[in-house]
Amino acid sequence: MASTAIPANQTPKLNYLNNGHSLKSWLLTTDHKRIAILYLISVTAFFMLGGFFAMLIRLELLTPQGDLMQADTYNKVFTTHGIVMVFFFLVPVVPAILGNFLVPLMIGAKDLAFPRINLLSWYLYVIGGAIFLHCMLTGGIDTGWTFYTPYSTAGSNTNVVEAGLAVFIAGFSSIFTGLNFIVTVHRMRAPGLTWDRLPLFIWANYATSLIMILGTPVIAITMVLVAAERLFHLGIFDPSLGGDPVLFQHLFWFYSHPAVYIMILPSMGVISELIACFSRKRVFGYNFVAMSSVAIAVFGFLVWAHHLFVAGISLYAALVFSFLSFLVGVPSAVKVFNWTATLYKGSISYATPMLYAFGFIGLFTIGGLTGLILATIGIDVHVTDTYFVIAHFHYVMVGGVLMGYLGGLHFWWPKISGRMYPEGWAKLSALFVFVGFNLTFFPQFILGYVGMPRRYWQYPPEFQVLNVLSTAGASILAVGYLLPMIYLLWSLRYGPIAEANPWGAAGLEWQTTSPPPTFNFDETPVVTWEAYNYEEIPAPKELEAPVAR
Amino acid sequence: MEHEAHNPALLHHFADAQQQKNAASLGMWLFLVTEIMFFGGMFCAYLIYRLTYFNAFAAGSQQLSIALGAFNTAVLIISSVTVVLAVKAAEAGKRKALVTYLVITVLLGLTFLVVKGFEYREKFEKHHVPGSTFQFTETFDDNGKKIPVNPKQAELFFSLYFVMTGMHALHMIIGCGLFSVLAVLAWKGHYTPAYFTPIENGGLYWHLVDIIWIYLFPLLYLISRHS
Repeated sequence: MASTAIPANQTPKLNYLNNGHSLKSWLLTTDHKRIAILYLISVTAFFMLGGFFAMLIRLELLTPQGDLMQADTYNKVFTTHGIVMVFFFLVPVVPAILGNFLVPLMIGAKDLAFPRINLLSWYLYVIGGAIFLHCMLTGGIDTGWTFYTPYSTAGSNTNVVEAGLAVFIAGFSSIFTGLNFIVTVHRMRAPGLTWDRLPLFIWANYATSLIMILGTPVIAITMVLVAAERLFHLGIFDPSLGGDPVLFQHLFWFYSHPAVYIMILPSMGVISELIACFSRKRVFGYNFVAMSSVAIAVFGFLVWAHHLFVAGISLYAALVFSFLSFLVGVPSAVKVFNWTATLYKGSISYATPMLYAFGFIGLFTIGGLTGLILATIGIDVHVTDTYFVIAHFHYVMVGGVLMGYLGGLHFWWPKISGRMYPEGWAKLSALFVFVGFNLTFFPQFILGYVGMPRRYWQYPPEFQVLNVLSTAGASILAVGYLLPMIYLLWSLRYGPIAEANPWGAAGLEWQTTSPPPTFNFDETPVVTWEAYNYEEIPAPKELEAPVAR
Repeated sequence: MEHEAHNPALLHHFADAQQQKNAASLGMWLFLVTEIMFFGGMFCAYLIYRLTYFNAFAAGSQQLSIALGAFNTAVLIISSVTVVLAVKAAEAGKRKALVTYLVITVLLGLTFLVVKGFEYREKFEKHHVPGSTFQFTETFDDNGKKIPVNPKQAELFFSLYFVMTGMHALHMIIGCGLFSVLAVLAWKGHYTPAYFTPIENGGLYWHLVDIIWIYLFPLLYLISRHS
């Protein structure tokens, strides 16, 4: 692609992008880099769909009355927004796009351990997505993305079974990705690349994969039981049939709380890479940052019942889960402090990826600290199901995950596409994202604290000012997300050709050409150095020199 | 590329056959972990409701046939033995023995499914299938003392019985299909002492499905019968 802008004196090297142009060469590829591109396209499509429904929500909440839509429609709109964003965007976005592209490159392998299973997992994602689209177009679903029983099994007359099937199938896509990553990291590392030399992005994706294979099967069986209850009237969760809806909440959150770590951990891995590269320093406390990823994966499985503080669980259980939820804050804080310590006395440059990294640290800190507020039982009871909760998890998921993803996408864009993105536009859009994000979600903390409940299409008029601010912020945020889609596509044709290592970054992925050849390396690399050996790598003369204005 | 060109089963992205075998084996074990988590959700639900509605679950359990359940348990244990013998035969390069053991395994699996089908039919006849036609008039026979139970709670027992044994049966059906394919490929000579990873990994799957039954049998048929 984009061969017109290549200078005449330079013959295009065979790489993964120009090695076959037919549709079949893409749809039946087993090359992890091409599968990453397939994911990039499909996940972006679902992001735009989820974003469209977010805008519908914000438009409806512009005024206190229900004027754009009725309650039933609104229920379907926020449910669709939630399911699309959680299961079809946030869970796959960093592992399936950046992870797929980078895990083999970073460990000096030719491909993931199971390339065909990797392709299968993309097809499962697409089939799950298609089933959900069909569900959406034939009436939708109104249970909220949480599928709470007994409403989902006995009350709702919408397509719950079909949506559950979509989540079930997309879940297996995630399981196969996780399985592939774990085996690849264990068995495919280049000679000399010991565990204590692995990039932190690999550690983060490894920990994520553990959660994927341990948690996702539980949501799968939960969806099976919900479907069985709707179809055959098995009474496992329905109290009128002898079942217990609280059991559903336990099983659901046993996956869905660790799932937020599936979302945030890979982005944390991205941030470690960005901070090290743009401060030209070794990551402070490498072992602690690596182990904190594993610790988050382990502790993440022990906190799920903090979603059930108002569901009638025993006070003693609630106390234990409250304590454990505070505990999971420790490894997260280790990461934030170590990134900050890495910056200390670093030679910092403010390229776009670094701006996103700064945004991540600030926003994730707010998201994480408000998480501790929610882990406090007394306050949780006060703000449960209010916009405080909405603001909290959007600070983690949008302020955290998306910032990490966009930072990583810009950082590795030269490697993925072989072209530089336009730095000026990129900085502008990073600014739009940061300002728009805070304007959208900070007012929601206040709204929630003064008592505005989530999932209502109407609200008392005194909440309007903050809601208008939030909707205005969402519009700015939307521009911030649309800009990269335009200029990154533009750069495919008009961006300056990227060198193999435009950032002077450590990491094996920068030692091969941009874009890499189909089997990644002409010769299998042999590693004799620690990760982030920035003192041994000359910085580019001017970091921003190869970048288009 | 200087791969071991003599081994057609070696994929391009592995350095050698040992690395490929180790990767496949680790991948299979991880898949088994996901299966355990998948069934874990149901085991968790079962244990909670069994503690909550003990009498009803005991009464439901007493309606199951220990004889048929025990027979099926024996069938599966024998099938696990034939799987081990199949792997041994593959390792020794005995093609005919390999195919024979694979076919016997499939036949034992089908035997299990047929017996399970008879058990299911009996539940239909006694109206023990959850839904609008469900009836439960039986009592919990606690060492001769007849304790009446809530039919809704007994229905919950049968809900879990059908979901758990149904999911297990689905895995058995997949296993029989898988082993049939392996038998055909083995007959065509795909597996050599240098490469029989699919036989080993298929065997791991079969053993896991067996082990799940080894837990289902006491939980559903045996432990609630007497207090």
